[in-house]
Amino acid sequence: MSSTEEGIRSVLAEHARLPVDVATLGVEDDLYQAGMTSHASVNVMLALEDLFDIEFPDAKLRKKTFESIAAIQEVLDELGASAPADG
Amino acid sequence: MPEPTRSDLVERVGAIARDVAAAAADDVDAAARFPIETFDALRAAGLLSVLLPESLGGEGATLADVAPAVTELGRACASSGMVYAMHLIQLACLTRHASSPALATFARRVADEQLLLASATTEAGVGGDVRTSLCAVTTEDDRYRLEKQASVISYGEQADAVFTTARRTPDSPASDQVLVVCTDPGLSLEANGDWDTLGFRGTCSLGFLLVSTGDAELVFEAPYSDISSHTMLPTSHLLWTSVWLGIATEATDRARRFVQAAARKTPGVTPPSALRLAELVAVLQQLTELVGGGLRRYGEIADDPDATSSMGFAVAMNTLKVTAALLVVEIVGKALLICGIAGYRQGSPFSMGRLLRDAYGAAVMVNNDRINANSAQLLLIQREL
Repeated sequence: MSSTEEGIRSVLAEHARLPVDVATLGVEDDLYQAGMTSHASVNVMLALEDLFDIEFPDAKLRKKTFESIAAIQEVLDELGASAPADG
Repeated sequence: MPEPTRSDLVERVGAIARDVAAAAADDVDAAARFPIETFDALRAAGLLSVLLPESLGGEGATLADVAPAVTELGRACASSGMVYAMHLIQLACLTRHASSPALATFARRVADEQLLLASATTEAGVGGDVRTSLCAVTTEDDRYRLEKQASVISYGEQADAVFTTARRTPDSPASDQVLVVCTDPGLSLEANGDWDTLGFRGTCSLGFLLVSTGDAELVFEAPYSDISSHTMLPTSHLLWTSVWLGIATEATDRARRFVQAAARKTPGVTPPSALRLAELVAVLQQLTELVGGGLRRYGEIADDPDATSSMGFAVAMNTLKVTAALLVVEIVGKALLICGIAGYRQGSPFSMGRLLRDAYGAAVMVNNDRINANSAQLLLIQREL
């Protein structure tokens, strides 16, 4: 698992408030179907910005950017986010 | 005679508004009863299926086509306007998201039988959060079953079908919702509570225990979250505000007639109330342009699900709703001051009582605080304002 993915999973575990264990989710699993509310998704975005020291541009602030771990990883890569030093 | 077209929707609905809805409005309000005569007339004129494509028996009208018609109806009777708006919101969801043969067949029924569509998105026990459900759809042998304690179904007793939100399956989390068409045969509604309110009294928004079974394909395939951001939420805010614009326009028009009657008695002397009318018209213009701007903004991206799911658009639609809900109260209040005791009195051509009571419903029936709280959260992260 890449450190970026580890970082995403730690943010989801803390902020997505899913009724399932984040460790059981595949990278392509739909986070909204897994129970992430739009309210929780904003907290996930804020925590990702803090952890990876990036800002999501408005063009990325839409549902499908955050619909799976893979989708989040893709946009983080696109934004040149560096993996957090302490994972 | 030429066939009626969607371009004369305003005239067609406007005629019913003036001839039927306006005449019944005070009685609908006094008795808190459903405006049955308005809907008999809309049905007879085929106006309950206008948004459906022609291939399904509709007229292919757009939201921008119907919104001014809703405003005309709201002018005459705000309860009629709200019911027509709520019906059209469900119809817009059906028009855009009906993907199964069963939903297409149902859409044809809506056109052929001019069915009235209602909505059950709120539920007892979830504190008014329409994006969360407790009840769930169960499916067996290609049939669904659903039971919901709906805290409100406006005109549930008069509706022919109720579009109901529920969890996708009994194992789904509360936010994984679907939209289900609940209709005869297989729909039972048991009313509870009453609807004796300050305004919008003709919407008859009672609570119900809803139990429904039907073809499993009457469950929309798209997640409700997509239907909501793409269609239901923007359409709701645009059509509700169109009704409120109707209330505001009617109040302003009554004030105009009052000022002009005074002016005719004193040619050469501008009545003091004329200045207040100028101030009032300035606020009405803000509301008119706000609603028109919202319709244009949605019109530009209505066929782009990704763009409608953007935070900027959600904030814009939220802001439209809360701002319009405040402006309509301000406008009717200003109109009341212009008309003075003639506006305060019931049963005068300048009466503002019903209009003012209905206007306050705009901020209450879907609470402005809830919508502002949602925007506040989105604004923690949105960049361009």
